[in-house]
Amino acid sequence: MKIGVLALQGAFIEHIKILRQLGVETAEVRLPADLADLDGLIIPGGESTTIGKLAVMYNLMEPLRQFAAEKAVWGTCAGMIFMAKDIGVDQPLLGIMDIVVERNAFGRQVDSFEADLRIEGWPAEAKPFPAVFIRAPKLIETKETAQPIATLADGSLVAAQQGKWMVTSFHPELTLDDRFHRYFLDIVGR
Amino acid sequence: MSDQNENGTARGIGGFKVKAGLAQMLKGGVIMDVVTPDEAKIAEEAGACAVMALERVPADIRAQGGVARMSDPEMIRGIMESVSIPVMAKARIGHFVEAQILESIGVDYVDESEVLTPADEEYHIYKHDFKIPFVCGCRNLGEALRRIGEGAAMIRTKGEAGTGDVVEAVRHARTVLGEIRKLQSMPDEELMTFAKNIGAPFALVKETKELGRLPVVNFAAGGIATPADAALMMQIGVDGVFVGSGIFKSGDPVKRAKAIVEATTHYNNPDIVARVSENIGEAMVGINISSLPEMEQIARRGW
Repeated sequence: MKIGVLALQGAFIEHIKILRQLGVETAEVRLPADLADLDGLIIPGGESTTIGKLAVMYNLMEPLRQFAAEKAVWGTCAGMIFMAKDIGVDQPLLGIMDIVVERNAFGRQVDSFEADLRIEGWPAEAKPFPAVFIRAPKLIETKETAQPIATLADGSLVAAQQGKWMVTSFHPELTLDDRFHRYFLDIVGR
Repeated sequence: MSDQNENGTARGIGGFKVKAGLAQMLKGGVIMDVVTPDEAKIAEEAGACAVMALERVPADIRAQGGVARMSDPEMIRGIMESVSIPVMAKARIGHFVEAQILESIGVDYVDESEVLTPADEEYHIYKHDFKIPFVCGCRNLGEALRRIGEGAAMIRTKGEAGTGDVVEAVRHARTVLGEIRKLQSMPDEELMTFAKNIGAPFALVKETKELGRLPVVNFAAGGIATPADAALMMQIGVDGVFVGSGIFKSGDPVKRAKAIVEATTHYNNPDIVARVSENIGEAMVGINISSLPEMEQIARRGW
């Protein structure tokens, strides 16, 4: 199994390190040709405007959409914004997943926080997941077959899945807990 | 908020994890100095991952002299309202009240910066006391680890701001990375003396050895003026670059800003760095460091 991580800007090395610890072959994706022979793709946290602009400049938008039509894709934070169909403002988006997302919905950096989350579909006895939210986006709505899989105590939706696509508004790559990465590898393997 | 472990309940705002985490999100990116909301928009449009809001870029501070202080909060607010990317702002070394003001406005990162005139010639700000994260400059590993010990969640090598001469940025990055490589080959019994000699906290020396890198994100700054300069710093091994005077003191800021962003992402691809270096107008004129008297070297500030 070979997993690519979009490496235009952001925390891509953190994802690659966890994947390698799990014994998975990895590749940094900067150009369309880098998508060849990958089984799944992670779009990391970073600045969604920067990532979007570079993806447009280097003709990655259509190849990424074609890749996502067949394969598993997971977006964390900026990646979640990039995968959404609707974010209410104009910036380059892949627009593959039926979700409405609000950028920086919890506020600025002074409002960044950590929270323990229970994930839908994981065993009831599983420990809560230590989620790190940094200038994080929020899911305003899931549509069609997209389903929320994690919710904060105040009702905010912060993770969702739609078939082989997953989004989290927090950063599993910043924690030592690799359960989300293993969960994604399960989706890739299906 | 207090420590609670119920599902979905926030158990901490402003912890070190989220402070250092924002810097991790900036990696592989370019942080640009801007002095107006219009410049901030140009930077965002060019693909900057953050902007540094300040009244005068280092080249002007150098030329005009006088005391360089924190910028007018209204001007910083104007920049915060004009872009969606993170906004950083500078406080003077040791001036914790300027930092409190920046926290109160809600900037995303404070740069405790030698580019401004130091307010304290002995002590830096105790940065653990703040909810917002700090980035600090360094010339070597000891200085980097002292700043992290005080609570810095991001480090940048100092270079020599406002010169457009990359030589000091290279020297400082090579010094820090070289010292880390040396540390990695050191047996544990040598670590305490190494920590003493470089004036760094022992625990951070040990952690740096184990990680094989600084415990926080490390950008390069000070003198980066071309796409090739940015790619050079990335290949030497930093996590991203600050570009100060290099963009808005050049002939065509829009083209240059975009080119530096592209060169930072594709730093390992000479074909792309070559293409983006073409036809981007005049670089900033610059000052050759070897012609700069020691007294005028900004990087010497900080202790």
